[in-house]
Amino acid sequence: MRVKFKIYRYQPEVREEPYFDTFEFDAEPTDRILDGLNHIRWQLDGTLVLRRSCQHGICGSDAMRINGVNRLACKVLIGDVGARITIEPLMGFKVIKDLVVDMDDFFDQYRSVLPYMITEQPPPEAERLQSPAEREVYDDTTKCILCAACTTACPSFWSNRDFVGPAAIVQAHRFIFDSRDEGTDERLEVLGERDGVWRCRTIFNCTEACPRDIKITRAIGEVKKAIALKGA
Amino acid sequence: MSTHVHTYDALVVGGGGAGLMAAVHLTRQPGLRTAVLSKLYPTRSHTGAAQGGISASLGNMEEEKDSWEWHAFDTVKGGDYLGDQDAIEIMCREAPEVVYDLEHMGLPFSRTDDGKIAQRRFGGHTQNYGESLVRRSCYAADRTGHMILQTLYQQSIKHGVRFFDEFQVVDLLIDDGECRGAVALELRTGDLHVFRSKALVFATGGYGRIWEITSNAITLTGDGLFVSARCGVPLEDMEFFQFHPTGIWKLGILITEGVRGEGGILRNSEGERFMERYAPSLKDLASRDVVSRAIYKEIRAGRGIDGKRYVHLDATHLGADVIEKKLPEIADFCRTYLGIDPVTDPMPVQPTAHYAMGGIPTDIQGAVLAMDGSVIRGLYAAGECACVSVHGANRLGANSLLDLVVFGRRAGMAMADHCEAAELLPVGDDPAGRARADLERLWATAGKDGEKAAEIRREMSELMMSNVSVFRTEELLIEAKQKLAELKERADRIAIDDPSRAFNLDLTEAWETQGMVALAQVITECALNRTESRGAHSREDFPDRDDENWLKHTLAVLRDGTVEIGYKPVSFTRFEPMERVY
Repeated sequence: MRVKFKIYRYQPEVREEPYFDTFEFDAEPTDRILDGLNHIRWQLDGTLVLRRSCQHGICGSDAMRINGVNRLACKVLIGDVGARITIEPLMGFKVIKDLVVDMDDFFDQYRSVLPYMITEQPPPEAERLQSPAEREVYDDTTKCILCAACTTACPSFWSNRDFVGPAAIVQAHRFIFDSRDEGTDERLEVLGERDGVWRCRTIFNCTEACPRDIKITRAIGEVKKAIALKGA
Repeated sequence: MSTHVHTYDALVVGGGGAGLMAAVHLTRQPGLRTAVLSKLYPTRSHTGAAQGGISASLGNMEEEKDSWEWHAFDTVKGGDYLGDQDAIEIMCREAPEVVYDLEHMGLPFSRTDDGKIAQRRFGGHTQNYGESLVRRSCYAADRTGHMILQTLYQQSIKHGVRFFDEFQVVDLLIDDGECRGAVALELRTGDLHVFRSKALVFATGGYGRIWEITSNAITLTGDGLFVSARCGVPLEDMEFFQFHPTGIWKLGILITEGVRGEGGILRNSEGERFMERYAPSLKDLASRDVVSRAIYKEIRAGRGIDGKRYVHLDATHLGADVIEKKLPEIADFCRTYLGIDPVTDPMPVQPTAHYAMGGIPTDIQGAVLAMDGSVIRGLYAAGECACVSVHGANRLGANSLLDLVVFGRRAGMAMADHCEAAELLPVGDDPAGRARADLERLWATAGKDGEKAAEIRREMSELMMSNVSVFRTEELLIEAKQKLAELKERADRIAIDDPSRAFNLDLTEAWETQGMVALAQVITECALNRTESRGAHSREDFPDRDDENWLKHTLAVLRDGTVEIGYKPVSFTRFEPMERVY
């Protein structure tokens, strides 16, 4: 099929203002959007820049806006989008060049929720026991690949960049509901603050954007409830 | 081009499983300054793509007995007796300990009904020295690698590791047989950074991108090996590269061996379970080299599906519950990329370039060895870029995640010891000089006429796929050697499009391409040199294993564009070579 890629460009060394470039070429409907972008880079214009690595949706490098929706370019087939494809960088982060955005704040917010196992008890010699039911409670949020598709789809984040954002809450959820972890109080304190979970207005954009199908809004709701119960 | 200088005690190059495991263990030494360099954000590393599990003889499954000695035997046999048995013993002995260590760090393993770490069957892993299959692979659904990577990244943050994200290493500083640091390109600015260190570990991963059909990320270009080889570091056993039997047809994306571990079956165009003919005992769970050859033979005999170059992996009899609970990722891949559902449809698969058994030679502490067997002080390697060698001529499934945590940890601990005693060594006046010259030469080509890196990569990967993959012959290898020499010349004349400094992906891809062509030359030379068939190296003109002449490791050194070959003996402890039957 004949496709038309309209791509956001920002090349600050050459041109001050961002602009759009258009590329037309033949592609298979089963090609990934990323295949199309690679085709442009390798055949048509080597100056186009994006992040990419695994090419099958597990590394989280190539989150971007595809026809206005946050997706991973390697997990969307051209045939599923149609012949006219608009590609833009994630919204809410500073653009460094073309589709490459500054992820520093995103990873700082991730760090702020203490995203690691906190335990007081020394571990046993073998594994800590955890029943399949206890494991199931936080299974969904362990899938997160930190691609930032959720956070940059969130209107609350767009209006307030200090909001910790859905991705960081997902990462916190993964520990708060892990029966082995003992850091819940510290994490709930961070997330109970002004720029924590209460900035979430239950808009569900994050859940729709997640390429891993994590039920993010539900996870945030569970964290809100844990904070409320703790306060009660 | 601005150059910056940093000084650390310990430097970790690569932010995947092996690098982060080394970093976490380095931070356990108080007062040591440690930095991790990654050309990606560490969580993008390809450890995260590993699916099926990490092997350890926990024996957690319904009183099913297991022992590290059986694990060691399976690993030795799987590697077709080329693996170093002292290193294999260490790996299999330490496996339960490192798996518990990961669990204590918070890794969310899947669980048995009584709350222990769940385990599944994997190819070549058996009870009682080959008697019957054993459940040895510890898993977190089919995203075990993702969970290992996340857990180690979390721990690195907890322990305050300093990260330099999106810094690509382009040179190594070795002088007088001692490593003094590395030079890296900061992708965001295009500046060069000299990192001085007392101890440095390369954990840069594999180089599957040399082949057309591969499970490897586009960033797996063998940078660590290329940079080392240019400094005169030998490369070990480069002729041994694993083709995983079940990559998604045409795309190469991995379908975990866990599918067969859970009962999935390979079928040809006649619907026949053909592995019964090739491996009567372990069938679909024979070692990967055996299964990949069987698939190629079926395709050659005209029994590929619809006469095409793939067979079916059938999991339809496992039921929706097993697939959704234990194999959700691969179900998602099939639905996304193939529009099929593994619950109801068989999956089209073909062998895909997957894993490098060879790499930078190290001892059991991860210290890198020179051609004469002496240690290059201050330089370490771990994970897929290293060759300890625990995988010999063919790696067993679930042993790579184990390798990278066991030897990442050992390297981290050895580096910490080394740093305590060692002094920071001086570097020359302009340590970044060579790297700057290389990169400026490429930058100067921007917009000029010249060869295109993408075209060279395409030709190289197609050539390696057709001539230097599952089956090899002298004729195919000589042809590959000649064509690679031409590609090497053309790679020296690459011209890029992008003149800019910041995030110049065009430039880094061109540099990586030059490195891959050089590695492809080494691989081909080593494959031509080894006139026997062993593990993943299958020479149709020398179909038998030849222990009399070839029970030894290959060492290859790059000198002025030519490859010099030497050898190293295999370490034996308890297992004498036997005929390898599955």
